[in-house]
Amino acid sequence: MLRKAWALAVVPLASIVLALLVGSILIIASSVITTGSIDLMLPIVAYESLFEGATGISFLTVDNGSVSFDFAIDGERAARNLTSTIAATSPLILTGLAVGVGFQAGLFNIGGTGQVLIGGFFAALAGAAVADLPVPIAVAVAVVAGGLGGALYGFIPGALKAFTGAHEVVSTIMLNSLAAFVIVGLVNDVFKIVGPSFARTADVGNAALPILFGRNGHLGILVALALVPITWFLLYKTTLGFEIRTTGANPSAARYAGMSPRRLIILTMSLCGLFAGLAGTLEILTLGYYPAVFGTTIGFAGITVALLGRSHPVGILFAALLLGAMRAGAPNMQIQAGVPVEIIDVIQGVILLFLAAEVVVRRLLRIKTAAPGAVAELDTVTKTYGGERAA
Amino acid sequence: MTETVSAPALEMRGITKRYPGVVANDGIDLEVRPGEIHALLGENGAGKSTLMNILYGLATPDEGEILLDGTPVAIAGPSDAIARGISMVHQHFMLIPVLTVAENILLGEETMANPVFLDRNEARRRIIELGQRFGFEIDPDTKVEALSVGWQQRVEILKALYRDARILVLDEPTAVLTPQETTEIFAVLRRLAEAGHSIIFISHKLYEVLEIADRITVIRRGKVVGSRIPSETNEEDLAELMVGRNVQLVVDRGESHPGASSFVISDLHVNDDRGHEAVKGVSFEVRTGEILGIAGVAGNGQEQLVEALTGLRQPSGGRVELTGSTVTGRGPRHLQRAGMSFVPGDRQRFGLVLAFSVEDNLVLTQYDEPPYARGFVRNETAIDAWAKQAIAEYDIRTPSPNVPAGTLSGGNQQKVIVAREFSREPVALVLDQPTRGLDVGSIEFIHKQVIAKRDAGAAILLVSAELDEVLELSDRIAVMYRGEIVAMLDGPTFEREDVGLLMATGRREAVESVAVATAPPPTDATSADGEGGT
Repeated sequence: MLRKAWALAVVPLASIVLALLVGSILIIASSVITTGSIDLMLPIVAYESLFEGATGISFLTVDNGSVSFDFAIDGERAARNLTSTIAATSPLILTGLAVGVGFQAGLFNIGGTGQVLIGGFFAALAGAAVADLPVPIAVAVAVVAGGLGGALYGFIPGALKAFTGAHEVVSTIMLNSLAAFVIVGLVNDVFKIVGPSFARTADVGNAALPILFGRNGHLGILVALALVPITWFLLYKTTLGFEIRTTGANPSAARYAGMSPRRLIILTMSLCGLFAGLAGTLEILTLGYYPAVFGTTIGFAGITVALLGRSHPVGILFAALLLGAMRAGAPNMQIQAGVPVEIIDVIQGVILLFLAAEVVVRRLLRIKTAAPGAVAELDTVTKTYGGERAA
Repeated sequence: MTETVSAPALEMRGITKRYPGVVANDGIDLEVRPGEIHALLGENGAGKSTLMNILYGLATPDEGEILLDGTPVAIAGPSDAIARGISMVHQHFMLIPVLTVAENILLGEETMANPVFLDRNEARRRIIELGQRFGFEIDPDTKVEALSVGWQQRVEILKALYRDARILVLDEPTAVLTPQETTEIFAVLRRLAEAGHSIIFISHKLYEVLEIADRITVIRRGKVVGSRIPSETNEEDLAELMVGRNVQLVVDRGESHPGASSFVISDLHVNDDRGHEAVKGVSFEVRTGEILGIAGVAGNGQEQLVEALTGLRQPSGGRVELTGSTVTGRGPRHLQRAGMSFVPGDRQRFGLVLAFSVEDNLVLTQYDEPPYARGFVRNETAIDAWAKQAIAEYDIRTPSPNVPAGTLSGGNQQKVIVAREFSREPVALVLDQPTRGLDVGSIEFIHKQVIAKRDAGAAILLVSAELDEVLELSDRIAVMYRGEIVAMLDGPTFEREDVGLLMATGRREAVESVAVATAPPPTDATSADGEGGT
């Protein structure tokens, strides 16, 4: 069991380490441009302040250019930073599941972004409509609406693939743009409220996610965390999960076994949309309204999370935690080390690059064989089996 | 064995090759004389391929040496092996269909007129000359796609000869050939041997080895377990050497007691992927308690027929009835519920999910039925119990029920499928290539299971490219040729040559004579049984 987990995790872990190394080279290079001198310690300082920003635990002090080891925990700061980390993690868990569950069925859901937007938009509208109802009812209505909106937006590419063979990568990319532009139009026009200085929808009022702990420890965190074991149970313990995984691992065998590829494609894509829609719901119901300019990267980050977590719910949890911590800790890095927050996106991109070039990582580190029985996400990414038409 | 008429063309001494966890070759000695056809016999995984890979330079031995004409050599790779006169003819041909024979032969061994242009005329002349010398004249300008499988194989051999091969390794050369083509290729091999070429012939078909080889070396679990001369041995002896125990080569089929028609196919038409009609109005019926074999050269519509009967392909016309109800065009799930089991021909594509555990594969077609599922939740206790039982009952060699099916040998993978499909107590059983690529031990086991299912009253349809398998197991044989059933032969025994002729030519005139010659009175089956038993 432990050996199997290690076999699955070794490439993702190696990719993270390699990406941090690449990141440190970039940090050093950027220090040459900004300060005019080479600062070899800067990456260490930057990563330390990133870690501190995410956890509140500090183990270095920088004093006039000299760096010394100094372990320190500020309890209050730790609680605050960790809460922010978990808050940043929860939507990533959901978008990670939105991509990972797709991979389990051999589908590459690039439509996370669009599903996040539609989910968030539906939640904002429903929330505004029930803004004055009691909190439990208002929240429930808004969350369900957001989830269903996302599911609907996953259903569309699923149905297109099942009945016409249209490849989900192409259709979801187009649906992403469609969602973004249609929503911007609607928020600027139909759903715009009078008052605020920028275009946005009405306040969700009582549908805003209640804060349970700390400054921003909201209810959505529990929803996201609860979905990890639920998804695991669904995938590995139910007949539906068996069907999803069989379709992903060998679509011909799934057909032979009497499973219906059409039904499974539509169902899985809807499920993926549901997860992404909930992620958008979390974002919007903590913000309180849907702004005309709602730029979110959590949809695409879901691809990195799913690949890093090997499409396994538990792996996705850890991968989301890593990316969430980086997002939560980045501002502190910028303040303390003067390294721009954008380096986080670079590192995330490099992680994805190494994960996609798994062969390179294996060569580099002399890792022998792939883990037996793993989900072949990369096959899904690289191969297009739109040819395997549902019958 | 002490005679040393001539120095061996090839000698492999004490070859040992270890892979993590296994010794693939354990001190193997092999000696091949000039002009000798030397058969290498062994079960799958016995170490034949490893040994040949070492000879061809694809693997380096951990111990031992290779001598060519008495001189020790180190073979660096396939191109080095070819330069030293060693050539390999693979089971799957390495030919480019749209190129001509000459172009295929020149690939990688270009005969140049000058540094820029090929000397096509010289190449053509040499190919014709080589063909004439060994008795298979071929037009160098024919496109390979226009050639039959048998002739494509000859192009492969020509390729080797064009490169001045003195030692030819043929890997299961007859697997894809009809009996007639096999006879022809054997004549070619004999002529090559007479001209002084040495041939290493890899096979698991015992009677072929006995027919063609001058000497036979048997390998089991990486070791040479015996060397035989065909005149001093027989199939039973070789099988025992190969498997390490007494093997029943031809299962005792016993008498069949056919009952009512249970699986009725009338005027079935099926198209292939390109929309061409592959099955052209086929009608037959399979009765309970009998095995109907479909013989035919691969690619005569059997594949599409099987897919249509098992719900994987929509027929374009006709009717299929299973135990009285019409199931034409119904999907796999419906057919499974109606009592059909199916052992697919491509076990890795259809029959198994290689990444899944043995356990999961053992319930692949029953995963949502009780006791393996309670509602929508899988019942792992029941799955586990069944897996343990199946592994014991069907002798599946696996370290545990939880390892991925892909890590099992081909024979054990097939046993997983057989265990799953046979355990469903099917009323109709469709077997497509049930023993393809398996060793004699596994074949014997699966054949016995098939007979047991027949005697339990299942209607069994057997489709196999192995003519011997069809001949041994079937109670009746339908011969398929170009999408039609050209002959329906009644058992219990069949003339191998007649069936082969029908497969190759599809001539209906031959049918009558065969039918007359082999139709015994149905009550007198005992004499045939006695024949099969000896």
